[in-house]
Amino acid sequence: MDRKRRTMDGSGIRQALSMMNERGSGEGAGYVAYGVYPDYRDCYALHVFFDNVRENKDVVDATLEQWGTIEHDEAIPTYDQPNLRAVHTPWRYFFKPDPSLAPASTSPEDDIVSALVMRVNTARRGALIFSSGKNVGVFKAGGWPEEVADFYRIEDYEGYTWLAHNRYPTNTPGWWGGAHPFNLLGWSVVHNGEITSYGTNRRYIESLGYTCTMYTDTEVVAYLIDLLVRRHGLDLDLAVRALAPPFWEEIDRMPEAEREWNRALRLTYAPAMMNGPFAIVAADADTMVGFTDRSKLRPMVVGECADRLYISSEEAAIRAMEPKVESITMPAAGEPVIGRVAP
Amino acid sequence: MAKQVAIDGKGVHYTPLNQQIRKAVADGADEIVISNILGQRFIGDGLRGNVTIQLYGVPGGDLAMFMSGPTIIVHGNAEHAPGNTMDAGKVVIHGNAGDAVAHSMRGGKVFVRGDIGYRGGIHMKQYEDHYPILVVGGTAQAYLGESLAGGLLLVLGLNGPVQAREIGSGIHGGEIIIRGDVDDACLATGATKVPLTEEDRMRIAPVIREFADDFGLDPEPLTGAKYTRIVPASARPFVGKYTWE
Amino acid sequence: MTIGSLPSRYRISIDPVRCMECERCIENCPYGVFRRDGDRILVNSRNCTACHRCIACCPRDAISLEEHPCDYRSHPIWTREAREAIYNQARTGRIILAGMGNALDYPVIFDRLVLDACQVTNPSLDPLREPIELRTHIGKKLAKLDLRRRENGDIELRTALTPNLRVETPIMIGHMSYGAISLNAQMAMARAAKETGTFMGTGEGGLHSALYPYQDRMIVQVASGRFGVNIDYLERGAAIEIKIGQGAKPGIGGHLPGEKVCEEVSRTRMIPLGSDAISPAPHHDIYSIEDLAQLVRALKEATEWKKPVFVKIAAVHNVAAIAAGIARSPADAVVIDGFRGGTGAAPRVFRDHVGIPIEAAVASVDKKLRDQGIRNEVSVIASGGIRGSADVAKTIALGADAVYIGTAALVAMGCRVCGNCYRGLCPWGIATQRPDLVQRLNPDAASEQVANLIRAWTLELAELLGAAGINSIESLRGNRDRLRGYMLDESLMQVLDVRQVGA
Ligand code: SF4
Ligand code: SF4
Repeated sequence: MDRKRRTMDGSGIRQALSMMNERGSGEGAGYVAYGVYPDYRDCYALHVFFDNVRENKDVVDATLEQWGTIEHDEAIPTYDQPNLRAVHTPWRYFFKPDPSLAPASTSPEDDIVSALVMRVNTARRGALIFSSGKNVGVFKAGGWPEEVADFYRIEDYEGYTWLAHNRYPTNTPGWWGGAHPFNLLGWSVVHNGEITSYGTNRRYIESLGYTCTMYTDTEVVAYLIDLLVRRHGLDLDLAVRALAPPFWEEIDRMPEAEREWNRALRLTYAPAMMNGPFAIVAADADTMVGFTDRSKLRPMVVGECADRLYISSEEAAIRAMEPKVESITMPAAGEPVIGRVAP
Repeated sequence: MAKQVAIDGKGVHYTPLNQQIRKAVADGADEIVISNILGQRFIGDGLRGNVTIQLYGVPGGDLAMFMSGPTIIVHGNAEHAPGNTMDAGKVVIHGNAGDAVAHSMRGGKVFVRGDIGYRGGIHMKQYEDHYPILVVGGTAQAYLGESLAGGLLLVLGLNGPVQAREIGSGIHGGEIIIRGDVDDACLATGATKVPLTEEDRMRIAPVIREFADDFGLDPEPLTGAKYTRIVPASARPFVGKYTWE
Repeated sequence: MTIGSLPSRYRISIDPVRCMECERCIENCPYGVFRRDGDRILVNSRNCTACHRCIACCPRDAISLEEHPCDYRSHPIWTREAREAIYNQARTGRIILAGMGNALDYPVIFDRLVLDACQVTNPSLDPLREPIELRTHIGKKLAKLDLRRRENGDIELRTALTPNLRVETPIMIGHMSYGAISLNAQMAMARAAKETGTFMGTGEGGLHSALYPYQDRMIVQVASGRFGVNIDYLERGAAIEIKIGQGAKPGIGGHLPGEKVCEEVSRTRMIPLGSDAISPAPHHDIYSIEDLAQLVRALKEATEWKKPVFVKIAAVHNVAAIAAGIARSPADAVVIDGFRGGTGAAPRVFRDHVGIPIEAAVASVDKKLRDQGIRNEVSVIASGGIRGSADVAKTIALGADAVYIGTAALVAMGCRVCGNCYRGLCPWGIATQRPDLVQRLNPDAASEQVANLIRAWTLELAELLGAAGINSIESLRGNRDRLRGYMLDESLMQVLDVRQVGA
């Protein structure tokens, strides 16, 4: 992330991610960049995987037009790679929802778009919306990081915050939808590890109107952050604390006022708490946050260099991107590292 | 000198109202006068002490529930189940009351000047010096004294004869005494009529006097009137229903 | 003779070579199975209930017991039980009462569910190495939290939590009333609850003064009979539970026969000595769901909103919708008692045929509450046939917050599940009020045994959680992904929302 919103093209992060090929299996990788669509900054950029453009696109067009205006849409430019079999056609829409269609809502546009995402993805009619925020785009596919980067020519995109992920899938190998980052509206998430509380988290988030459609544990993180931050208005660090709370032993030792709100947080968000090994980096247009599980079972390294904040599984990846990095730290378990861009 | 506290109940939710009552009792009030009561439930719920509470208006259900000691005088009608599971104390209602009056009451008195609804005195029970008494000035509806396990249920029928059906269904203790005759067809199975003995009459006379006194009635015609006494046919209605495996 | 005598249920025999005629069996058997005749011990097997007291006290292992020594002609439909019930009712014309839980041979769903463990993709946790948190809070929770950051950076909690019970392990002891069981048995369990940081229920028999020292570990019950209920009782409990129904006999009331109402029981229940205590089938101040909400409020108002209030219902067909109704009242927890729940006495036809298994009930209640978006706002306590820590883990994975154990706690005190509690002669001093029998149960030793049981299950739970890579019980709650069905049919797996083994 660049805190001054100075953009970086995708070549740096491509380079960084390829440093960690040992962690992947060549079956999925992806990137997300904030600030990539300045010309359509007021539109929701919907990235869609079509199984078949001819068969499946009409339905999505019709649904979107029912709820707002499509300002522009096009195929996302891709470039054939020898080892990457293009099983989907990536498409993008720049969409403006009609707020008068959700009069009861305090954030009608967000609500319409998130409902549309859930609807299209649950319908499973050969279309999957995998990116839905403003001025942000997810680019992912099955393959090694470099192949996916080259497939999208990631160096052609300019963003001030980038997340990238290299996957070693156990659940849904090869499925493009299963690759990270996961995105809903503003929030994107990459995740290393396995969430053992997934069943609890998913049932909780689904009971509050979200629908999990990606067959993988990471998407609940995006929804949980959306719930806690956007819908419940919690500060990001408090939201992270709800997801990876302190142990009761620690809470018991806190001074009273602190103990009370920590207890309240754990009780209220017990089903949101995430268990198992994980390191997660999430971002929205203004923020980037990295945190690990409360037992610190996955690695996380933080680097800083002037206005730039880097979070990675390995220091090497940070140094590959920024050889002059000024500080390297390892945050404590459950402790969020938060970067914010200047307003 | 008796300490009196006045509370305006207009639009006050029952929880703050009960808090005010508790506070007044804690501060040593002897009498609390609450005006503009309309529908607040649970007034005096779980309250202890010797205070007298005058309620003006119509309180909601479960008046004096779990109460243990105080006296509540209602200048108006009451809803369902005043005196519910009450332990001690007294509730005096200058109007009518709803269903299940004195439900499961173990001690204390509930006096209703007017009529009561269905299932009056249901499952009242007694224990040692806890002896619940429900007196109804008017009439009562069906299932009067259902499952009665103890105490005294007295209906004076001042507004005409009592014609409730299924009186004393499941009664296995206590007594139901009704002024005038009661048709056998009004009795539930398990309940039986027995003559009111002189001793019984002596027993209920002070209760009638207290009732008459509370409502400014002349007790004499009542104490000497004819009464029907209804008691359990068996103290163990369930014996004979079961066999062991 | 039209029906004649039926075959004896048990046969007791004494090995004369081993027997040393110490007469312990004679002293210990309250049913009069044994008597001495010269230098021999004679037996009358017909009196035997298979309580095993004699076997446990015989110093020479001289006694053996055989069930059904004489067979009927075998028949898959006309079982021994079916035939004997008919003989009984043909003779008496009465309802058959029976003790302990459901005795029909329904498949046990617990035994067709298997738990998960980690391999490779995430590390299993060793409870000795990593904290595994089993602490559970029973009570109302908020839907969302209003936390604000003050100017100075402090966090301000702007929505107050209502009182919750803090339980150190999700295993609680359910309601068994004084009267149904002895004071020594209640004492033992109350001490065990205190020692292990959990809670126990009083049942509907009031709270004996000997239990006052443990009152902050007791959940006081308010049942339809309102026995022992007054403001003092309500204020003593850590929480209050409204009992609507019971898994062993849904839809009917209860009845403690006068024989069991001894002086102490009479004082505790506040009913006359020797009188029958009859609990009506419904609460007569609850004829609809709004009335239930009103009783919940009445109890809260009486105790100034300081006590959590639970509502216990039997698991019946429509349990999910009923539980959802309860959840929308101010009630803090819904207790669901499955059709295997124990009892001192219940009509056999109810015990064996009414209600549904707890596994399915918990799953459907959890789902219904989630569908309504309120699952985390109310606690769910499950009971009825929990036999071990695996059952606890499975119940929680199906969606419960905690469990109540009943029979298991009695077994920990020596109960042999003989099913004769209703006779009031329990040779183990548990389901009896006869002083000489009651004093057989040593509350110190028994409390240690119950505490040991809870500790052992708690350890096992921590191990199971650790193996599944979960370090806090709330991440197991409703986590049905960590269960698989083994030989369960498709439709039941849908209800349970679990996949089959291998899937
Ligand atoms: S207890 Fe055992 S050894 Fe003693 S008399 Fe009985 S059978 Fe014989
Ligand atoms: S408590 Fe006693 S009577 Fe009841 S089943 Fe257990 S051993 Fe038998």
